Amino acid sequence: MANNVVAAVEKNAIPVIETKVKKRVKPSQILIHIILTIGAIIMVFPFLWTVSSSLKDISQIFLVPPAWLPNPIKWSNYIDSLTAMPFGLAYWNSFYITAVVVLATLLTASMAAYAFAKIEFKGANFLFVLFLATMMVPKQVTMIPLYIIMGKIGWLDSHLSLIVPGALFNAFAVFLLRQFIMGIPKELEEAAIIDGAGYFKIYWSIILPLIRPSLAAVGIFVFLGSWNNFLDALIFLNTPQQFTVPLLLNTFKGLYVADWALMMAGTTISVIPVLIIYIFAQKQIIEGVTITGIK
Amino acid sequence: MHKRQRTLAGYLFITPQLIGLLAFSLFPVAYALVLSFMKWDGFGAKTFVGFANFSKQFHNPDFWMAMKNTVYYMILVIPVGIVISLLLAVALNNVKGKEIYRVFYFMPVVTSSVSIGVIWMWILNGDFGILNLLLSHIGIEGPKWLTDTNWVIPAIAILSIWWGLGNNMVIFLAGLQGISRSYYEAAEIDGANTFQKFWHITLPLLSPTTFFIAIMAIIGSFQVFDQAFVMTNGGPAKASYTLVYHIYQQGFIDFKMGESSATAMILFVIILFFTLIQFKMSKRWVHYGE
Repeated sequence: MANNVVAAVEKNAIPVIETKVKKRVKPSQILIHIILTIGAIIMVFPFLWTVSSSLKDISQIFLVPPAWLPNPIKWSNYIDSLTAMPFGLAYWNSFYITAVVVLATLLTASMAAYAFAKIEFKGANFLFVLFLATMMVPKQVTMIPLYIIMGKIGWLDSHLSLIVPGALFNAFAVFLLRQFIMGIPKELEEAAIIDGAGYFKIYWSIILPLIRPSLAAVGIFVFLGSWNNFLDALIFLNTPQQFTVPLLLNTFKGLYVADWALMMAGTTISVIPVLIIYIFAQKQIIEGVTITGIK
Repeated sequence: MHKRQRTLAGYLFITPQLIGLLAFSLFPVAYALVLSFMKWDGFGAKTFVGFANFSKQFHNPDFWMAMKNTVYYMILVIPVGIVISLLLAVALNNVKGKEIYRVFYFMPVVTSSVSIGVIWMWILNGDFGILNLLLSHIGIEGPKWLTDTNWVIPAIAILSIWWGLGNNMVIFLAGLQGISRSYYEAAEIDGANTFQKFWHITLPLLSPTTFFIAIMAIIGSFQVFDQAFVMTNGGPAKASYTLVYHIYQQGFIDFKMGESSATAMILFVIILFFTLIQFKMSKRWVHYGE
């Protein structure tokens, strides 16, 4: 634990200070780096502490003063967590639900966005305003009606209750993609129209390739929303075999609430794969969230 | 191309999302509105009760408890969250290694509410939680965060600030990119110090961003639920019972669909109000900018 912290500090501060030294270092800059490094440690510490706790024996976890690192390392907490709850299945559920929702949203939302941005059809303005208006509706308003609708069509405890609404309705994605598509110059389509291309051809071979970075940004946004969606899963799903990762972790927590080592192992299982993806794709993820956040 | 053909094409392209809009938004909203005037347990017959579900809310201590807790949470989270993320963004903006710091500060944003909740249940544990053990090192006896009615909302506020910091920070960073360097250069020629530059240039020019983040934070805070549900079940003694928890409790635990829908409508009106303010103000700022 302490080693990790030191490593994090060194990784951040030293190269920076070295480069600054050459240009004669300003004391205020060093102070800023110290504050930022302490802040970064505070941000990461809960994750490190979770991993450390997850590997401790029950006798070690309640030590005062605390043991920073597990000794001995108790890997069996992970085996116990994985056998206690179907985490693997939950990962598969979360993964395929999210994958379908992201791909379908990008397709349906970009189609609608293209129509709203480039095809001047009757009623387009009215319908677009309708889309905008629904962005103001908090999801808790439609929670009970959707639960009743899902019950009526037999989708409760089925992944369809999470997939279909996600795939077919995302006003925010439509709005964002429309903004991006509006920025594409008219000349590009006009040339295609002269060549005899239809609307679908223009959408598929001109518009979609041009908005690829925006699709990635919106895709990341939809991915995070779907992967971390807790409330809908809580309401619609019943049997543990159907559960997504957040819902399964919540049930796991309910069962092992006093066994902190096991709880931290379960939490680590729920967190680490996402954080690994994050570390590799952090640039794209942060930029994606920034783009979707400021529009 | 012909006008009719164009209209047909337009509708074909929007059909999937239009079906979604009708089925998963407009119809459910209308349904919720109807339900808010009904007495219904979710199974039997519905009876029309007029505004009774709404007037009941105003006489329901749970509703006021939920409102009080939600507003208290908001007052704690928003100013502190905004000040910290703004200062961080300003510090990061002028520093080498900005990208590396950003990775750490943004990390909690990608993590699910449930994982965050369980992690902080352990950190905030009254007896063995690391926060209280660290506090005791500097001679402070930490409260029993999650089981003390006075401390549970501040506790949830702390983790929510930690959770959302990175998100606000990157939006502030984007806002800072939009401020031209020439303002700072001019101020430097006039002999302005760092604080003066921050106070007279950064802060005013960043105000549309700050306002946007504040409104989004207000809207998000009114919907706070996951953390309270996962960590404390709204307790102890309903001390972390929030407005959305009240909607959930009435609808899915007590099967009072009408009263739950009425509460949801009240939430809707509150959020609508803040969204419209954002709409109006952002238009005004655009004009100032031009």
